[in-house]
Amino acid sequence: MTLADGSVRQAYAKLSEWLKTAPAELLNYRVEEAELLFRRIGITFAVYGDQQAQERLIPFDIIPRIITAEEWGRLSVGLEQRVDALNRFISDIYGRREILKAGIIPEDLVFQNEAFRPEMAGKTPPHDIWVHIAGIDIVRVDSETFYVLEDNARTPSGVSYMLENREVMIRLFPELFSRHRVAPVERYSDELLATLRSLAPRSSSADPNVVLLTPGVYNSAYYEHSFLADKLGIELVEGRDLFVRDDVVYMRTTEGPKRVDVIYRRLDDEFLDPLVFRPDSVLGVPGLMAAYHAGNVTLTNAVGTGVADDKAIYSYMPEIIKFYLGAEPILKNVPTYRCREPEALKYVLDHLPELVVKEVHGSGGYGMLVGPHASKEQIELFRAKLIASPAGFIAQPTLALSTCPTYVNSGVAPRHVDLRPFVLTGSDGVRIVPGGLTRVAMREGSLVVNSSQGGGTKDTWVLDE
Amino acid sequence: MLSRTADNLFWLSRYVERAEALARILEATQRLASLPVAYAGSSNEWESAVFTAGCDDGFFAKYEDATAETVIDYLVFEKENPSSIVSCFEVARHNARAVRTALTVEMWEAINGAWLELRRRQDRKLEGEELTRFLGWVKEIGLRFDGSGHRTMLRNDIYDFSRLGMLLERADNTARILDVKYHLLLPKETQVGGGLDYYQWSAILRAVSAVTSYHWVYRESLKPWLIADLLILNDQMPRSLAACYGDLVRHLDDLASGYGRQGPAQRIARSTRIKLENAEIKQVFQGGLHEFITEFIADNNRLGAAIAEQYLV
Repeated sequence: MTLADGSVRQAYAKLSEWLKTAPAELLNYRVEEAELLFRRIGITFAVYGDQQAQERLIPFDIIPRIITAEEWGRLSVGLEQRVDALNRFISDIYGRREILKAGIIPEDLVFQNEAFRPEMAGKTPPHDIWVHIAGIDIVRVDSETFYVLEDNARTPSGVSYMLENREVMIRLFPELFSRHRVAPVERYSDELLATLRSLAPRSSSADPNVVLLTPGVYNSAYYEHSFLADKLGIELVEGRDLFVRDDVVYMRTTEGPKRVDVIYRRLDDEFLDPLVFRPDSVLGVPGLMAAYHAGNVTLTNAVGTGVADDKAIYSYMPEIIKFYLGAEPILKNVPTYRCREPEALKYVLDHLPELVVKEVHGSGGYGMLVGPHASKEQIELFRAKLIASPAGFIAQPTLALSTCPTYVNSGVAPRHVDLRPFVLTGSDGVRIVPGGLTRVAMREGSLVVNSSQGGGTKDTWVLDE
Repeated sequence: MLSRTADNLFWLSRYVERAEALARILEATQRLASLPVAYAGSSNEWESAVFTAGCDDGFFAKYEDATAETVIDYLVFEKENPSSIVSCFEVARHNARAVRTALTVEMWEAINGAWLELRRRQDRKLEGEELTRFLGWVKEIGLRFDGSGHRTMLRNDIYDFSRLGMLLERADNTARILDVKYHLLLPKETQVGGGLDYYQWSAILRAVSAVTSYHWVYRESLKPWLIADLLILNDQMPRSLAACYGDLVRHLDDLASGYGRQGPAQRIARSTRIKLENAEIKQVFQGGLHEFITEFIADNNRLGAAIAEQYLV
């Protein structure tokens, strides 16, 4: 919130003023109220029981993260560029493979990648768009510079928090909303539905049937699935609700079979179709891939997009952007050492206490070493892992991440944050709702924002002026 | 609507209704069993409760004797018994969770609250007053679920399917109570009237919450044929077979007109309703009360199968 010279950043001026005048009891009271609201949502809407609702209550911070219109403008141009490149890259590796032929990315990084789907080679999904919904994790190091920390091109989650956090904030702090012109995020569900409808295969009717495919109530993100289906007004289906006849997907309804055109699937590739992928999957739909290849159904995201989530592929994003778009990346990549390369490995092993080491396939903040905060034993453990399988890891310098005022026990204090905006790509263009999911490391000094590691969330305000 | 959603709604209501029916049966049993032996005669009321609940196979596989303790344990708490009160709420809540957005908040809270309460409960023993209180609580959950559905739901196919489940189960329960107790309603050669019969008859009425209704409708002391008339043919009495079928036909017709298609379910429901409309209690007894009930239970099962076939799979 504050600049190096101690002055308050423009975006936070009004909030800072308000915080100064707001009595501590008021803030405490609002914190309690927020807790109650989320618990109520958790229990009455989120379909969780006692214990699970507890788990779901990821700490919510009542102080919003604020981004100016100008900053957002730059950010969204960069996001659009990045997702454009991601789409071209995935289309290419399943198509002509020019980037591999040009020797820009080592082939084995793609072909050995466990998210690579040979079944998609030579195939084109409807409209040749692959990553329809992307979540790009962004961190900021100073007032000018945004870095991309991670690309989520498979099935990014967390958008329900963006929507709910805003809902709760409007209820808790109407006075703050009257002082700021905050760009609305509610229209995300309309934008998502419009995007999904635009992706319908050409053989579908003028009014395509869009459904959300969930693994079911036992999935940890089921709450988000039911939340989104409800907001979009589409059916929340499980694999057993669908069947395929003559390469067309239908859902079983009380009025008989009804054709399905677009499946927003929250189910991983390997569970989609037991005839093609894991034969033991009971979550998928036999014949779905045949219908997909026949061009009779759209899967969002497309099958095989997980390749781009790989952290070794991530390290090539600047080259990928240059290769397909002939332009410099607008959003920077965090400098990344690919431990598969001997020189990089040597450097990493020599500088472990300064670096962050991540598994290339890891997510959720697991399998990660934060050098400056690690014990000697942890560092040695990672050294051994690195030597045993260097290709499984990348390393990055620890960034001087920006912080955001956060309400903690000792009052308002700075905590590190990241941001996951959601980028929607339809056949009719790109849509980015101004905002996203801000995750905050609730512990002082911590850089890990993942909810599984004690991270929380806060509302993200993009100012409209 | 997805067939699975309709199926979940249908069974959700069925199981809530079943839990409530079990509570009524146990209540009536507790009352009968507490009578002096002179009135209770030689019959074992707890055993009769097991039969009324339709749980005899499972129960006698596990226990030899039907005592207050074993029956309450099996009908209230036993997880292996798919029709115990605890199992009913377990299934109901599982189904409710899967169709959460089709339910109103009030309905969800009724089910989820009941489920959480049962999970908190460690003790499987229920005696005397505690049992009475517990059964009262179960009935209240049924009322809350049913009442909030009635007051808060949109009158669309979601509503129709949840009512169909409830009504089909309700008709089944009333019929099974009659099936187990029919011999008490038959004209007797020996042991005429007396305290025992009186208590037994009022227990049947109590099991369907109809003691007061009986007096309103007939304005005379308990007569077995009038009890049968009330429970089978009186369409003012909400748990009678006739009333259940009146409503079943109505909801099936609503579905058919909404979907623009009639099917076997509509035909079966209508033909059963006509049977009930045209029957007179005298003929029912002449043709055999037991036979009439047995046939009804078969018809009711046929309707359940037809609804499943037509809409739920």
